[in-house]
Amino acid sequence: MTDFPWLSVVTFLPLVGALFILFFSRGTAEQVARDARAVALWVSSITFLVSLGLWVNFDVRTSDFQFVEKFVWVPGLDLAYHVGIDGISLFFVLLSTLLTVLCILASWESIQERVKEYMVAFLILETLMVGMFAALDIVLFYVFFEAVLIPMYLIIGIWGGPRRNYAAFKFFLYTLAGSVLMLLAILAMMYQSGTSDMTRLLTFDFAPSLQTWLWLAFFASFAVKVPMWPVHTWLPDAHVEAPTAGSVILAGVLLKFGGYGFLRFSMPMFPLASLEFTPLMFTLSIIAVIYTSLVALAQEDMKKLIAYSSVAHMAFVTLGAFAANTQAVEGAIAHMLSHGFVSAALFLVVGVVYDRMHSREIATYGGLVHRMPKYALIFMIFMMASVGLPGTSGFVGEVLVLIGLFKANSWVGAFAATGLILGACYMLYLYRRVIFGQLTKDNLKSIGDLNMREIAVFAPLLLLVFWMGIYPETFLSAMHVSVENLLERYHSAIAAHGAATAIAAR
Amino acid sequence: MYAAAVFLPFIGFLISGAIIFLRIAKHAPQGGGHGHGHDHAHGAHAGHGGHDDHAAHGDPSLDRAAQLVTCGCMLLAAIAAIFAFTNVVVNGNTGAVEIFTWIDSGTLELSWALRGDTLSLAMVLMVTVVSSMIHVYSVGYMSHDSSVPRFMCYLSLFTFMMLMLVTANNLLQLFFGWEGVGVASYLLIGFWFDRPSANAAAMKAFIVNRVGDFGFALGIFATYMLFDSINFDTIFALAPQKADAMLHVFGKDYHALTVICLLLFVGAMGKSAQLGLHTWLPDAMEGPTPVSALIHAATMVTAGVFMVARCSPLFEFSDTALTVVTIVGASTAIFAATIGCVQNDIKRVIAYSTCSQLGYMFFALGVSAYSAGVFHLITHAFFKALLFLSAGSVIHAMSDEQDMRKMGGLYKLIPVTYLMFWIGSLALAGVWPFAGYYSKDMILEVAYAAHTGVGQYAYWMGLTAAFLTAFYSWRLIIMTFHGTSRADEHTLAHVHESPKVMLIPLCVLALGAIFVGFSTVDYFVGEHYEEFWGKALFMLPTHQALEHAHHVPLWVKLSPLVVGAAGIALAYFLYMFRPDLPGKIAGAFPAVYRFLLNKWYFDELYDAIFVKPAFRIGHALWKKGDGAVIDGLGPDGVSYVIREASKKAGVLQSGYLYHYAFAMLLGVAGLITWFLVAGK
Repeated sequence: MTDFPWLSVVTFLPLVGALFILFFSRGTAEQVARDARAVALWVSSITFLVSLGLWVNFDVRTSDFQFVEKFVWVPGLDLAYHVGIDGISLFFVLLSTLLTVLCILASWESIQERVKEYMVAFLILETLMVGMFAALDIVLFYVFFEAVLIPMYLIIGIWGGPRRNYAAFKFFLYTLAGSVLMLLAILAMMYQSGTSDMTRLLTFDFAPSLQTWLWLAFFASFAVKVPMWPVHTWLPDAHVEAPTAGSVILAGVLLKFGGYGFLRFSMPMFPLASLEFTPLMFTLSIIAVIYTSLVALAQEDMKKLIAYSSVAHMAFVTLGAFAANTQAVEGAIAHMLSHGFVSAALFLVVGVVYDRMHSREIATYGGLVHRMPKYALIFMIFMMASVGLPGTSGFVGEVLVLIGLFKANSWVGAFAATGLILGACYMLYLYRRVIFGQLTKDNLKSIGDLNMREIAVFAPLLLLVFWMGIYPETFLSAMHVSVENLLERYHSAIAAHGAATAIAAR
Repeated sequence: MYAAAVFLPFIGFLISGAIIFLRIAKHAPQGGGHGHGHDHAHGAHAGHGGHDDHAAHGDPSLDRAAQLVTCGCMLLAAIAAIFAFTNVVVNGNTGAVEIFTWIDSGTLELSWALRGDTLSLAMVLMVTVVSSMIHVYSVGYMSHDSSVPRFMCYLSLFTFMMLMLVTANNLLQLFFGWEGVGVASYLLIGFWFDRPSANAAAMKAFIVNRVGDFGFALGIFATYMLFDSINFDTIFALAPQKADAMLHVFGKDYHALTVICLLLFVGAMGKSAQLGLHTWLPDAMEGPTPVSALIHAATMVTAGVFMVARCSPLFEFSDTALTVVTIVGASTAIFAATIGCVQNDIKRVIAYSTCSQLGYMFFALGVSAYSAGVFHLITHAFFKALLFLSAGSVIHAMSDEQDMRKMGGLYKLIPVTYLMFWIGSLALAGVWPFAGYYSKDMILEVAYAAHTGVGQYAYWMGLTAAFLTAFYSWRLIIMTFHGTSRADEHTLAHVHESPKVMLIPLCVLALGAIFVGFSTVDYFVGEHYEEFWGKALFMLPTHQALEHAHHVPLWVKLSPLVVGAAGIALAYFLYMFRPDLPGKIAGAFPAVYRFLLNKWYFDELYDAIFVKPAFRIGHALWKKGDGAVIDGLGPDGVSYVIREASKKAGVLQSGYLYHYAFAMLLGVAGLITWFLVAGK
């Protein structure tokens, strides 16, 4: 099966589905909506199943890119359609394909207007996300990376809440501002190295002074995506206004672009600059952990609270990546995956009650456990996963990051670990206000528990949260070699430079 | 056998969890009852939220099934534990049971495993026996509750997590059990989630414990930094080599093992409610009484003691850490005892008593007498569980009244409970030949025999606390059972002895409270010490407190008995014969009384230092930091500037010809000037 173009199929199948919906749906508005839902679900499910083939056929013993496909795109410029994955990107592809299915399922009833366009937007978004993680040509990467903004912008701007315009504009402005600098950096890299092939760029030694500028340009883009403090303020607004599924993709996949970018580009391509800027990364991330956790404590809107918690959690990823040792980097990847499950699930959790009550205000709720025991259980599990309870996926990522980080810098490790306490504070406080207590509000007295469709949406995430918490080896074993390769490259480049400067100084 | 002892409670948990949802499906309001094949992966937390208000009196058959399954599993687990104990401790088949890999990242290699040594097995045996008794007792105690399966489910979950904790073969699995019991206790304290006070107490317990866990986690990280491993076998073997190693943390070089042990001890302080991190324990009494017995007396709160004992090969190399352990333990012992003397809630008295007894265990550990600490842990588990369950029996009889000021004169009405209270209190006060006598005496003797300054401090604090212990125990007995009744007639008419299902577990625990002491003393701390413990505990040859304890002066041996008797006598005098006096004494020293009644104002202090500022700062950062500064200078500011600038630019385009002409003239003048000046 090695000749089968796995990656291209996974990447473009959703696009084919989108085109199919766009051109072949006929009939009344109702029929169109029904067909669009069905096609989107089928296509995304098949895509997910095919993407599992990537995992099954993945060779964990090599750090080379696998499932590589390469076609020349612009011959004169050496641009190519060049895709492939390694142990770092594999799971992000799977995460994207899985979450898309769940998003479509979660939007089944809550989206009633422009269903066709909505489904098309999600399928195109899937293509772009997978393409982003699979791209091995830096220009191709840039195209996917930027193009993702468009469907996301539309999803927030069209199907969003009352302040959607403000949120969409803020989201677009922030992310685009970062990307412009990245484009300049990409052009400079191609000019310097004469290639856009990432496999070659990964081992190309840029001049130390240039690395600094390139690093900063990429940082501008990735920091917004993660998002790091202080460029995080677009996230709460975007989440609050986005429809549930939009939040799920945003938190589940789009935030990972930043973390993935740091690991794929900044660390191996600009190792000297990465080392130089490690204190900056640590400082900003630590501020993010403490600052956003405290802000989360003061929130009155459920989605905003979870959005702020996302900022705090993603700070663990940037900390782990730049701690640059095996545990921390593997932890960072594991934490991204876990955050992909857990934050996605938490937004779905909010979506469940939002669909019923059309309010995100915490004060609207209280005592839901009386009417919604299954909901309370599921919320409890994901809350515990979010606060990093051992046995859930949240713990594995968090503890690996912290154990590596503490080794790299104990102060930073200790400050980051305060997230253990603060995270518990805001999540338990949220849970208590929404779920526990007496059910006194009249409009809640007939609220219904989860239905089968909703349980089906949560079930895979529950399975993954425990699977990864109890037997994370399934996931970690696929990353070992690639992470080792990355760190080998990172540390040898630094060592080589150190030796070179030592000779020069002599 | 060993695996069965550990995993049977888990099976009970899963099945009772499924029963919760069966019950919901049966009583589903929408009629959409689906059999709901609950995946085991989710079942793993199926504990939560099975409360359904609609079926207020539950479903008798399903409730019964949940009780049978969980109690059955627990009793089987206790039997399996006896066999496992025999196999490991008596037959000497030590060794770990590997289950499967957990985390493997670089040099960090961890497995799920069950450690097979005396310390683990003794704990497993104690936990399964006490827990199974509490399971059985709960059948009676919770019979009027509407969510029986949920309660049984949580209890089993807790027991499983506790077993994972005590059987851990590496620090991270210990942490798994550690946090797991934390969640289970959170669920159980908040079991009656309609009560705001229960919810607040549950949250407080979890968060205060997390503060301790923060230290524990850092301790684990530091251990990994030093040893490149956190597996017990590896680190214990390497510890002597690293005895003088320095660790570069927090910007300086520190004695490595001291740093590690102090951080680990912060975790122990949280879980075992030691001074400073004790505030959650009294509040945790919001949970149903069997919970208090199981978690807040017999098992979970002793996890800290267990952990320090388990890490004895590390603590032994750090005198500083041991000194800190001793001081904290001794201070807690006296501090909690003083508060226990003035509380009026029957459960809170026992809660503070637990806190105080944990202090004893810690200072025993602090003078390197690990076995004495663990010995007291085991005996305490029996008599304290007995006391709590007896208190539960009183509360049950008094229609959920917990205030001792509204009790009195109950001894004729509930004689068995009264007897149980006496047995438990005699054991607690350390009266011969009850279990507490052996362990508590031993602890005071080792503290004395340590021949160190902190040892002396611990001895005198411990002795004073022993006096107070006897005093508040009999104060409790007299206020509850003697004198004239202060309850209203309605309550009094309903007072009844508890059913057999509650009394039998009480009797079993009472047997423990009587016999566990003298039957095991030789093994735990006496002549069979070596063969019993094997390599489970470690003491440096220079740490001789345990050895010297057998040769202390006679007055040291006798004084605990004397102060115990004095405490009892004082309680009789004040509460039985001169009941007018306590009020007068309190009135004479109002400041002292209030200080004690308000628990040294710890809660108020923490509220002012941590809780309120956190909310205030959070709010300020949100509105001012994110809103005014970041957004103000960022996107909103930029868009504002552009909007204003374009407005200004718009004003320029006035449409009047003379404006444009004037501007042109200015421009021309400027250009000419520039040419004249710069063009030269």
